[in-house]
Amino acid sequence: MSQEFKIEIISPDKRIFSGNADEATLPCFEGQVTVLKDHIPLITFLRPGIIEIGKNEKFYTEDGTVEFSDNNLLILSTTIQNLKMINLEQKNNMIQEAEKVLSSNQISDKQKYILNYKIETLKQIN
Amino acid sequence: MPSLDDLKKRIKSVKSTQKITKAMKMVAAAKLKKAQDNAEKGRPYSEKLQNIILNLTKSISEGSNAPKLLVGNGKDKVYLCVVITADRGLCGGFNSNICKLAKSHFKKILKEGKELKIISVGSKGHDQIKSEYGDYIIYKKSFKEKKQITFNEANEIGKKVIELFEQEQFDKCLIFYNNFKNVITQIPQAEQIIPTYIKLEDKNKEKALFYEFEPEEDEILEDLLPKNVSIQILKAFLENAASEQGSRMTAMDNATRNAGDLVDKLTINYNRSRQASITKELIEIISGAESL
Repeated sequence: MSQEFKIEIISPDKRIFSGNADEATLPCFEGQVTVLKDHIPLITFLRPGIIEIGKNEKFYTEDGTVEFSDNNLLILSTTIQNLKMINLEQKNNMIQEAEKVLSSNQISDKQKYILNYKIETLKQIN
Repeated sequence: MPSLDDLKKRIKSVKSTQKITKAMKMVAAAKLKKAQDNAEKGRPYSEKLQNIILNLTKSISEGSNAPKLLVGNGKDKVYLCVVITADRGLCGGFNSNICKLAKSHFKKILKEGKELKIISVGSKGHDQIKSEYGDYIIYKKSFKEKKQITFNEANEIGKKVIELFEQEQFDKCLIFYNNFKNVITQIPQAEQIIPTYIKLEDKNKEKALFYEFEPEEDEILEDLLPKNVSIQILKAFLENAASEQGSRMTAMDNATRNAGDLVDKLTINYNRSRQASITKELIEIISGAESL
């Protein structure tokens, strides 16, 4: 019996990914979650991080909503990008911007938490 | 009876108008394809998001401190209307259809003694509304310089709406736009986005799925609902963009055809008067010869 399930990633302008895989690792708001086949129905949302699908596909995201039911994994995100599409310059710009916002003091704890993750994730990308 | 020269000039001018409308039609057709693609690509996202919210609301216990964005703040006094129109004219009844629908809603709201606030997006709609309801417009926005509308623009409007809601500036929010059905039909629509409107028939369709939530339901909803507002606005933008091009294409097609008819008619007129003048000259020559 196959251990694969269906995964769809949708952004407002297009369907970014659609296919089968046997596992998916998601940077959920309260920690990393790996979804395997026959996971119980789940709704959660994401913090900045890397989505890994199977072994080969990797995506960078800043936010998003995830629903898993009936062996269908649905990821809705407005800021999702395939890792291959991000170049070094873009990455450095994003880090700089995030650090600038972080250094200004008028942000809430939640925003700080999210921004810290964003910087950390971006620095890991090479 | 206009002179031959006048007729000639008119035919020429109608022909050049026809050339312009034809060109506009072609441009609209090309843009329509893209806009339609975008609208169709945008649909799954908003549908799925609504689905998730629907599933969430089913599991959330009735009435317990549910987020205000979902159930409303219990009041029904101040209405915020977001009217989305195009920035350009020459697209048939596109802009006026939205405005007509919006105005009929405005009238109803005011008649019921409720307060009205308007946000107008797109300059053409603003021009049409301001003459009658100018005092109610609290904010206007135009994305004229933007070539394509993306999530960022919709988010801008969405954030503004949510900000106003949090300041308790309004109780209910309606959004007006044209729904793209096909090239010929676009249906102007009014949709309620705050509090989130859930179709009744969907509510009855019980799906006995028990979800695990991480973090708690209300935290997810708090994150999701503002996003939903922006997404619904984006959807309206995309549908509108496709409708605008479709509407323009049909309007320009009609204009081209009308110009063609006019040219035919004028050409017949021109030929008749040319023949008449020839006949007249002949008669003059013949009668001159006869009298000799």
